[in-house]
Amino acid sequence: MYVYDELDRGLVNERVEEFRDQVNRRISGELTEEQFRPLRLMNGLYLQLHAYMLRVAVPYGVLSSTQMRKLARIARVYDRGYGHFTTRQNIQFNWPKLEETPDILAELAEVEMHAIQTSGNCIRNTTADQFAGAAADELEDPRIWCEIIRQWSTFHPEFTFLPRKFKIAVTGAVSDRAAIKVHDIGIVLVQGTDGEVGFEIWAGGGLGRTPMIAKKIRDFLPATDLLSYLEAMLRVYNRFGRRDNKYKARIKILVHEIGADAYRDAVEAEWADIRDGALALPEQEISRIREAFTPPAFEALETASTAFEARKFEDRGFARWVASNVRRHKVPGYAIANISLKPAGGIPGDATAEQMDAVADYADRWSFGELRVAHEQNLVLPHVRQEDLYDLWLALGSVELDAPNIGTLGDIIACPGMDYCSLATARSIPVAQQISERFADLERLHDIGSVSLNISGCINACGHHHVGNIGILGVDKKGEEFYQVTLGGQADENAAIGKIIGPGFASDAIVDAIETIIETYLSVRQDGETFIGTLNRLGQTPFKEALYGTA
Amino acid sequence: MALEIITANRLGDGLVIFLTTDGWSARIDAAAVSETKDETAALLARAEADAGLVVGPYEITVERQADGSLHPVKYREALRTRGPSVRTDLGYQAA
Ligand code: SF4
Repeated sequence: MYVYDELDRGLVNERVEEFRDQVNRRISGELTEEQFRPLRLMNGLYLQLHAYMLRVAVPYGVLSSTQMRKLARIARVYDRGYGHFTTRQNIQFNWPKLEETPDILAELAEVEMHAIQTSGNCIRNTTADQFAGAAADELEDPRIWCEIIRQWSTFHPEFTFLPRKFKIAVTGAVSDRAAIKVHDIGIVLVQGTDGEVGFEIWAGGGLGRTPMIAKKIRDFLPATDLLSYLEAMLRVYNRFGRRDNKYKARIKILVHEIGADAYRDAVEAEWADIRDGALALPEQEISRIREAFTPPAFEALETASTAFEARKFEDRGFARWVASNVRRHKVPGYAIANISLKPAGGIPGDATAEQMDAVADYADRWSFGELRVAHEQNLVLPHVRQEDLYDLWLALGSVELDAPNIGTLGDIIACPGMDYCSLATARSIPVAQQISERFADLERLHDIGSVSLNISGCINACGHHHVGNIGILGVDKKGEEFYQVTLGGQADENAAIGKIIGPGFASDAIVDAIETIIETYLSVRQDGETFIGTLNRLGQTPFKEALYGTA
Repeated sequence: MALEIITANRLGDGLVIFLTTDGWSARIDAAAVSETKDETAALLARAEADAGLVVGPYEITVERQADGSLHPVKYREALRTRGPSVRTDLGYQAA
């Protein structure tokens, strides 16, 4: 993976010491909260309902085992023994003390991590396909381009105070696992006419109060032009984006108000001026970064391991876990192992320090020390030999990380909601817990098959509820928690915003409502049809009738 | 008027605290209770004078229970007095 150069290291260390000084000045009374607040936010430190919360960036979702062990240590020493992996592939600690935060940041810096640009109206951590570098359907490792974007966007002076926060996602694969169409900018690696790698560029996607699917801005952008083009895109947005209204300040509003064509024209005009300037990426620089992502020393293996096949045959539990949690790797004999952070009845995305340490050990033993965080709030061991999967599965079971439910109804995305978040209008986690418990029976869960269910505790949509096949939004209705249901959302290459099915449900009725929706699907699906397939074929009517009766 | 008290988060560790007659407490039952707008304003002014110790003071409405304890009317505030409902081993509820 990419290793910091001296410049990165210097900047991050300076930032830690600067923040230490700012914290001291706040505690001594020299700085007021008004003065201090923006400074702590610039370092990822929020104040939530019960305590401070520190959001640490996991650049494009990639972690080494050493970094994971550091996160475990921080959870254990400075926090309450756990961390929460987020839908932006980051991790949050829920109980850090202000006085100790500079020490936490100093420890993070030791393993080339930080909390910079995890808050504020800047370019946030670029997210990527969690199978980057491993996926069988990948054109090229998107992390190369994420790293180039990271270096360009970190401390970018012109884009530190954008109209709003700005999120970029990159995928190098045919199947979009990075939800690029609901990002401010989405980038897809594509092949040019001569076989060279370039980019398809999308803009103006986003969730929140006004959910929108991105528009395609360019079919093919040559690799050398990536940064100059992004710069032009950001400049046009920075100039024309609305600063008068927080809710209208995202690029999606600009793109949809003036139209994709007008936005594209403005970008192309801006780009023409800077295209061959300092931002043009020299081939050597691309090669230097590409080298940092040289694949690990894979062994030459048979495509199928007989030992692995035998284990599946012998052990039904293992076979089930393989079927739901293991994905095809680009190298013969290897596999991608997904680690679900969604045990039935558990808190989506939470991991204890012990689990983090264990997973770091498994990464060392079976995955070249590499780990990934998925935006679905799960972890990934990207490069496991098929014949090691059985031992891995047993080991995962010993730390309660073997839930065989990736991509099923048990794999719920849920934001922290009102249990932690000061902006929440309702809780999300208890709803996720009740649903995953209701559908805990594995036979039933796997019979239901592939369905995404996403929950947000307020309209900010951190739980991506609009793009869940089933979406749940918690609202406050006269002081009571109330839940709105949307159906038909998709976060993949067929991205779609779900539609509200009807009146919402009280907290004691929402789980039954979800069960009704699922039972309806089971009763009307055709052979081999997924939940979203049935919904797209029949529309909302059968579900509406089941929920609310025929009017 | 409904009963009001002042809450904030402690600067050092961010934990939830309540303004008492002579300082701050982690216990809601120790809070100084206001019964009028003027009293609330006076309490808030006192709280704001402690800006070097606390963050973001604001008033919340509470009800006095039969046993004399105070209970926030809003669910959000009730959660703040206890801790996450999904981790009853954490926050004040754990003590
Ligand atoms: S969606 Fe709302 S409640 Fe959930 S984490 Fe985001 S801001 Fe908080």
